[in-house]
Amino acid sequence: MTDLTATPDGAAVGSKSGSLFERGARTRRRHAAERRFRMIGLAAVIFAILALVGLLGSILSNGLSSFRQTYVVLDVYLDPAKLDKTGDRDPAELQKLTTFSYAPLLKTAMETLIEEKGISVDGASSKDVDAIISKEAAATLRHFVLANPSSIGETVKFDLLASGRIDGYYKGRVTMETAELDRNVSPQQLMLADELKAAGALTTRFNLSFFTAPDASDTRPEAAGLGVAILGSIYMMLVVLVLSLPIAVAASIYLEEFAPKNRLTDIIEVNISNLAAVPSIVFGILGLAVFINFAGLPQSAPIVGGLVLTLMTLPTIIIATRAALKAVPPSIREAALGVGASKMQATFHHVLPLAVPGILTGTIIGLAQALGETAPLLLIGMVAFVREFPAAPPGGFFDPASALPVQVYNWTQRGDPAFVERASGAIIVLLVFLVIMNGLAIVLRRRFERRW
Amino acid sequence: MNMLTEAAVERKLDTMDEQPAIKMRGENVTVHYGDTQALFDVNLDVPEKQVIALIGPSGCGKSTFLRCLNRMNDTIDICRVGGKITLDDENIYDPRIDVVELRARVGMVFQKPNPFPKSIFENVAYGPRIHGLASAKSDLDGIVETSLQKAGLWNEVKDRLHAPGTGLSGGQQQRLCIARAIAVSPEVILMDEPCSALDPIATAKIEELIDELRENYTIVIVTHSMQQAARVSQRTAMFHLGNLVEEGPTDKMFTNPEEKRTQDYITGRFG
Ligand SMILES: Nc1ncnc2c1ncn2[C@@H]1O[C@H](COP(=O)(O)OP(=O)(O)OP(=O)(O)O)[C@@H](O)[C@H]1O
Ligand SMILES: [Mg+2]
Repeated sequence: MTDLTATPDGAAVGSKSGSLFERGARTRRRHAAERRFRMIGLAAVIFAILALVGLLGSILSNGLSSFRQTYVVLDVYLDPAKLDKTGDRDPAELQKLTTFSYAPLLKTAMETLIEEKGISVDGASSKDVDAIISKEAAATLRHFVLANPSSIGETVKFDLLASGRIDGYYKGRVTMETAELDRNVSPQQLMLADELKAAGALTTRFNLSFFTAPDASDTRPEAAGLGVAILGSIYMMLVVLVLSLPIAVAASIYLEEFAPKNRLTDIIEVNISNLAAVPSIVFGILGLAVFINFAGLPQSAPIVGGLVLTLMTLPTIIIATRAALKAVPPSIREAALGVGASKMQATFHHVLPLAVPGILTGTIIGLAQALGETAPLLLIGMVAFVREFPAAPPGGFFDPASALPVQVYNWTQRGDPAFVERASGAIIVLLVFLVIMNGLAIVLRRRFERRW
Repeated sequence: MNMLTEAAVERKLDTMDEQPAIKMRGENVTVHYGDTQALFDVNLDVPEKQVIALIGPSGCGKSTFLRCLNRMNDTIDICRVGGKITLDDENIYDPRIDVVELRARVGMVFQKPNPFPKSIFENVAYGPRIHGLASAKSDLDGIVETSLQKAGLWNEVKDRLHAPGTGLSGGQQQRLCIARAIAVSPEVILMDEPCSALDPIATAKIEELIDELRENYTIVIVTHSMQQAARVSQRTAMFHLGNLVEEGPTDKMFTNPEEKRTQDYITGRFG
């Protein structure tokens, strides 16, 4: 034992002379090269992380505020003299009343509030006072009255949107200085808002309507929400999933397990890979030409968006599925065939189940790609201004809708800086969806990872 | 002494000892992989309820011939088989033959144990299930139990039939694969180097098992181990460069081969 471990004394070990502790020139150069490479690699990683942090930081700092919104808490007397002159609460009559008729109610409510709380208006015109509340507020009232006609004649407490500039004041977008120069807001208004806030009539809280409300016009960014876009995106993803998964899996199984390996299948294979690299806008043009102009499907509809995105997603899922099928060891197929399973049985009983995690991962990644895709949707008219929610499926697939990335694009095109905040908020929502989907893909992969 | 009777008895003995029924027969079997020919006019009989060992240096076409016997070569696109192979005098390459039926009658055990990544029970039950051999759950349980018993694995796994088959040791996995092959009641079992991935103890178990299985099944085994061929087989066929060099009773092949190439290979002079 000790004999074996003891170093032979005196005798030189190895043919090269010198101690092992002394490094030769070659060794030193090698170490220097290694160190250099490590530094470069580390620098690259740090750069990438910084870029990511910068990107996320700017989006978050711009967009997080869109999840909070300033509201005016207002007791509104739903005056029957203004809303229902006949007094019979006839829904048809109420329907005829436009938001225009509700504006005076707000004005009165505002005046009462200021009077009651003893707030000094101090230089602000009565127009200024009205403009504290969003133009959307009248629509909110009308909506409420149409839903509850019996409430006419009562005083109801509403949380009404404050106008975009007032909201911006509390988010730091608007200051007294900018208000001087701004046609849409005056410093007096801001001071009034502060007074209201002190009196508890102005609150800032979580903005649920950002997720549920439809888009709003250029002049009322405070009311703009992602509801239609989220629903449209969900509809499109459903179409993509329902169409692309079965088609892609069937195509992959055929190509991988059944098709003879010859020139034709080689060409098909190359073309599928090429398809994955085609710029997405090309698919948009194709969709416009085929689905809208030729097949006559409606513009801006999730069905068309879904079809176009299906075309885009197919190659991704096919490639992932084929890789997953290829990864199943041939010995499994042989084992199944060896006990007399048909090719079909071997594939569906043994190969496919082992490939499922890979297929699902590929599908989710394909869907995530499709979810973020913008260019083809612009071409098929998904960028339109849509305030109506699409109906429930399947009819809703043919109604106009928007989509998350297109909504982002749309909002960045608008003049009011409040929309920048909205767009960043929409990006955050989109990113959250993507992170969830990719996380799901990773979880699936981990969960079903097997050895064989 | 009656000369006639003695001759008759001798003839009878002859037919018993040296001419058992032929289960499978290859006539002028040729195999091409694309443009390269892997087998040249092989004529080989597989005797019923005996073990025939295929030996020969690496790449000589043993596996290729074995895989012809249950048409496993069909799965290789570039592989073309010529000549005629019969099972009970029926040509298995006849277009009217269904390979699924063929493979149910000619089972296969592979070089590397390849259990399905499913439970031990499912591994064995799969074959009977797809062939409709069991109508009731209890039938299936019975088949699984007897198959595992015949493969000498029952006692080791009876308490964990629903544990994954891939969790067994290598030797156990290989016996599981044998049980899986037995479960569909094949007549012929093909084994391609079934012990090459196993340690000596597991190998001994499998060899013992092969010897027992001979009672009910016809077995064709490819092996690189001369000792194994000598221990388990009754007949031996020697391949070289895609040709069948020589075929005969194992003891004769190992003591007194006709061909020099066989002698050289057996004594380890090449291969
Ligand atoms: N799938 C294949 N495609 C092309 N050629 C093949 C294929 N399988 C086998 N061959 C060729 O056929 C010849 C015989 O191969 P085979 O596998 O039958 O040899 P073997 O005797 O089983 O060898 P080993 O003892 O190493 O397993 C070899 O030259 C081999 O290269
Ligand atoms: Mg082989």
